Amino acid sequence: MSARDVMITGIGMVSSLGEGTDAHWQALTAEKPTPVLDCERFSPYLIHPLPGIDWGLQIPKRGDQRQMETWQRLGTYTAGLALDDAGVKDDEALVASMDMIVAAGGGERDQAVDQGILDAAMTRNDHDILLNEKLTTELRPTLFLAQLSNLLAGNISIVHKVTGSSRTFMGEEGAGISAIETAAARIRSGQSSHILVGAAFQTEHPDMLLAYELAGYLSRGDWTPVWQREKAEGGGVITGSGAAFLVLESREHAEKRGRKAYAAIGPVVSERVRRSRADLAEALTGMLESLPPRDGTIMTLSGASGAHAATAAEKQALSTAPGFAIRGFSSLTGHLKEAQFPFAIALAALAIERGHPYPVFDAENEQPLEGAPETVLATAIGYNLFEGMGLVTKA
Amino acid sequence: MKTTDSFGRPVVVVTGMGVVTSLGQGKADNWSALTSGRSGIHPITRFPIDHLATTIAGTVDFLPSSDKGASALTYQLADLAAEEAIAEAGIPTDDFTGPLFLAAPPVELDWHDRLALYASAKEEDGFRNLLANARRRRERDYFDASQFGTIADRLADKFGTRGLPITLSTACASGATAIQLGVEAIRRGECDRALAIGADGSATAEALIRFSLLSALSTQNERPEKASKPFSKDRDGFVLAEGSGALVLESLESALARGAEILGVMRGCGEKADDFHRTRSKPDGSPAIAAVQAALSDAGMSDSEIAYINAHGTSTPENDKMEHLSLSTVFGERMREIPISSNKSMIGHTLSAAGAVEAVFSLMTMRESVIPPTINYDNPDPAIELDVVPNRKREADITSVLSNSFGFGGQNTCLVMAREPV
Repeated sequence: MSARDVMITGIGMVSSLGEGTDAHWQALTAEKPTPVLDCERFSPYLIHPLPGIDWGLQIPKRGDQRQMETWQRLGTYTAGLALDDAGVKDDEALVASMDMIVAAGGGERDQAVDQGILDAAMTRNDHDILLNEKLTTELRPTLFLAQLSNLLAGNISIVHKVTGSSRTFMGEEGAGISAIETAAARIRSGQSSHILVGAAFQTEHPDMLLAYELAGYLSRGDWTPVWQREKAEGGGVITGSGAAFLVLESREHAEKRGRKAYAAIGPVVSERVRRSRADLAEALTGMLESLPPRDGTIMTLSGASGAHAATAAEKQALSTAPGFAIRGFSSLTGHLKEAQFPFAIALAALAIERGHPYPVFDAENEQPLEGAPETVLATAIGYNLFEGMGLVTKA
Repeated sequence: MKTTDSFGRPVVVVTGMGVVTSLGQGKADNWSALTSGRSGIHPITRFPIDHLATTIAGTVDFLPSSDKGASALTYQLADLAAEEAIAEAGIPTDDFTGPLFLAAPPVELDWHDRLALYASAKEEDGFRNLLANARRRRERDYFDASQFGTIADRLADKFGTRGLPITLSTACASGATAIQLGVEAIRRGECDRALAIGADGSATAEALIRFSLLSALSTQNERPEKASKPFSKDRDGFVLAEGSGALVLESLESALARGAEILGVMRGCGEKADDFHRTRSKPDGSPAIAAVQAALSDAGMSDSEIAYINAHGTSTPENDKMEHLSLSTVFGERMREIPISSNKSMIGHTLSAAGAVEAVFSLMTMRESVIPPTINYDNPDPAIELDVVPNRKREADITSVLSNSFGFGGQNTCLVMAREPV
């Protein structure tokens, strides 16, 4: 135990399964956890849509809500849940000195304007002039701000007054991994005492699907758990809208204000495996071996995306090494991109706090586990690039 | 020499620097242009300017990737700056073995690719047609260019940096944040050296239009080289520009051990977010003030020790006024006498790259004992009383610099650099 242990004292989470820790715990420990799917809107692709959200509960000003598109609203809302959960929301001094790292992609483009340009381009050849003509007259001026990656953090500052510092990391799952890893390292070294860290992903926009499908990563056809998608048509990924934000504090900082923590973040390891040359499963085995030794089998909240190669490699690494009982949570939430690792950490912390493991989400590929989890592994192996994993331990 | 600072942390020095702007490639060309007061701002030729209110920019037009889209150009800019920096540091250019922190613009599928994809077959309606064509064609290049992690992944591959590279955006403060992340990693003892790069090649028509719609850009198109006029009364917006800056950050201990030349010291970094508005600063300037003070305090220095300020100085009515207010609050009466100049008067606003580009120029200012001027200072703003080093370079013995970076979304990051280790 150290005064600078990294404690998780607040969790905000949203996915198709609901909003908040209780809703997720109930949905994921149900006798038969079932996914919430929308098979129509973006057919032939399935998505896990957002639940109904009363944005005003965390973003009281209508004006603020109007300045954001759904992605920023989702992140700002979920950050508010985490701050509430940690009991810091109304402590002005505490949020004003709070650091922040957000893992972000980009916001939503104006679908109607873009479609108008695509259609008009079919009948004329001066495309560059067409772009100038349409974009100068049809774009809503403030939409740019709703698209900028760092403006999710910007909106969190405005709405929740988190202003100690504000950093936005980009780069799909890797951004979420680095966000958690950097936040934990800053607390452990005394560079920060309390940090808000997290990410949001809003998949319900054609561009968000396009970013995967340009390389054929999306799954088509019926829903199956992430471990069973090799035979399904397409690339294996089913996406979801969702977000996870954590309030991390040094043990000393949390104790001083009398906060009980869900769990602590242990060692986090990250990698950039050269997948075109190296064997990914072997590299992941190496990462698993670099974690401190543990007794018995630990639950593993896997952020496997379903993408064929990465998912098979992760499965192989986790089943070859002894002692990992996998739970592929994305079977039920969909792939949350930048939010994948923060979400895995949140679920791991939640199970430790509740004192129960999650049941299997895929009986054919996951092993049951008994007893209160004391150490849980969280992973996020990028569908395309970047790998990370970390241990979450009892507070 | 003491290799830890007054807080007991490893001293972080700079052992390699590289830069590309519209003024040229490499430190030598840039420095000679910058100190002779030459502007890199020119009429836009990359795309048609029909319907545009602003028709000038500081684009980098002389590279093979200059017409290949934002992602390709940003990569090449980062690559060239990093290569120059690593070579100067005397480290093998394929085996850097420290982490990479890359400040880069958010990426999107290029319009030309989007149009080509949509038109390649018309089997379905609307977005389904785009997705169907994507599925069928599997254009790996389109995919790579629209992934946020690609540029850093390729740089990591080429230069042999260690671990998962971090790509970040804090808008116009990004370059400074990349440096700050590197400094922090070395101070934590995670590494002996880090590669910090800020690169931005995203001056597309759409980017220009987006800033234009927010009324952020100068529309003084008639004389492009005169458009960026920080701290002048008739300033009317910034000039969109491209560029890159790279710095090899290293612990003093490691630099001394391998006999590397020390180009300067990263004394302190400070930041403070603004919760006032998405594009405007809090009227009392308190977040910028706090960022400057945080950088000074992180450097273990008092405001009286700052000899020169490399301004954010964008040439927007709002920024320059706010920067003056904040600095006057921190430095008091002395602010009238501290030389402060804006590189942006010549290179324009290189956005995600600015903090890194200007850190390189700040370090060169100390090394060369020459302050690059603020050009186009013909009509001073009477409300902003500053020694902006008007129009002509100035020889001066500068031992420490404050460099400011402020951005949309309430981003404020400041760096304090020194010429020599204490």
